[in-house]
Amino acid sequence: MVLSPIHTVIIILMVTIGTMFTRFLPFILFRKAGSNKGYIDYLGTVLPYSAIGLLVVYCLKDVDLTGPTRGIPEGIAILIIAGLHYWKENPLVSIGVGTAVYMLLIQTVFA
Amino acid sequence: MMNTSKKMTALKAAFPHTIPVLTGFSFLGIAYGLLMESKGYGVGWTFLMSTLAFAGSAQYVAITFLTSAFNPVYALLMTLLVNARHLFYGVSLLDKYQKTGRLKPYLIFGLCDETFSITCSTDAPDEVERKWFYFFITLLDHVYWVVGSVLGSILGSVVSFNTTGLEFVLTALFVVIFVGQWKSQKNHKPAMIGLVGSTICLMVFGKDHFIIPAMITILVALTLHRKDPVHNKKAA
Repeated sequence: MVLSPIHTVIIILMVTIGTMFTRFLPFILFRKAGSNKGYIDYLGTVLPYSAIGLLVVYCLKDVDLTGPTRGIPEGIAILIIAGLHYWKENPLVSIGVGTAVYMLLIQTVFA
Repeated sequence: MMNTSKKMTALKAAFPHTIPVLTGFSFLGIAYGLLMESKGYGVGWTFLMSTLAFAGSAQYVAITFLTSAFNPVYALLMTLLVNARHLFYGVSLLDKYQKTGRLKPYLIFGLCDETFSITCSTDAPDEVERKWFYFFITLLDHVYWVVGSVLGSILGSVVSFNTTGLEFVLTALFVVIFVGQWKSQKNHKPAMIGLVGSTICLMVFGKDHFIIPAMITILVALTLHRKDPVHNKKAA
């Protein structure tokens, strides 16, 4: 545990508040179904795709391309995950195999 | 008595629809609990987080807030970003969740990706009361997630094995969502804006300061591209 219990509770509340904000907002804003949602509706359609792109980059922000492993284990694992998922479209297989390969690589070959 | 049997009917009708989620949440929940445990956050913290937030990807991202310097504003902003897609779920379910009475706040509270994927595509059978049908789908999914993550946490505290690299499950999750979205869309601009815009901001601002510039870049780029709506292959 890095944070103190109080700080941990605050982080948990922040995650809860942030999540609930995105879940409740549409129901609060658009009480009348079929009203003109305009720009927000547009953002709701496109933002999910951009947000996932950002999250992929966020997850990889600590990968050091000039470090000892040069990001090779991450690269290999991502290629396997993307390839598997493009082919089979089974999220659990893609995530499970990809994570296992990554763990194996950094615990053995790149240890 | 009448009321109880009505609820049982709804529960029985709801359960089969949630079986795929049971499988998925067992896996992702156990991995989450294991990861929390490996970072020194025991079963109580995992239970609290999974019960209150009930948001898989946001909870995975939140591990990074729990293992770095205390920064609640950043945690809130990242959670909003991770869950921005939920805005879209709500907009899609405005009609379906109408007239669900006192169950409505819980239905919205529990609207995770998996619950949304069931409720938006499934209608209650005729003999089942709609609001209870949706309620039990939401509740079952919530229970699977909490139980799965608690099991993972307990497993992590009992069995000791090398979890180095397990945090990659988060990267894997987002790569899978990214590829899934890519396959389902003709218009790849929003996805590319997210990927390229963030990469550029990461190179320019560095890993500790790129998130907010990336969010602004994405919003501006999306606003400029408003004339190109996303085309859903299935709908076309």
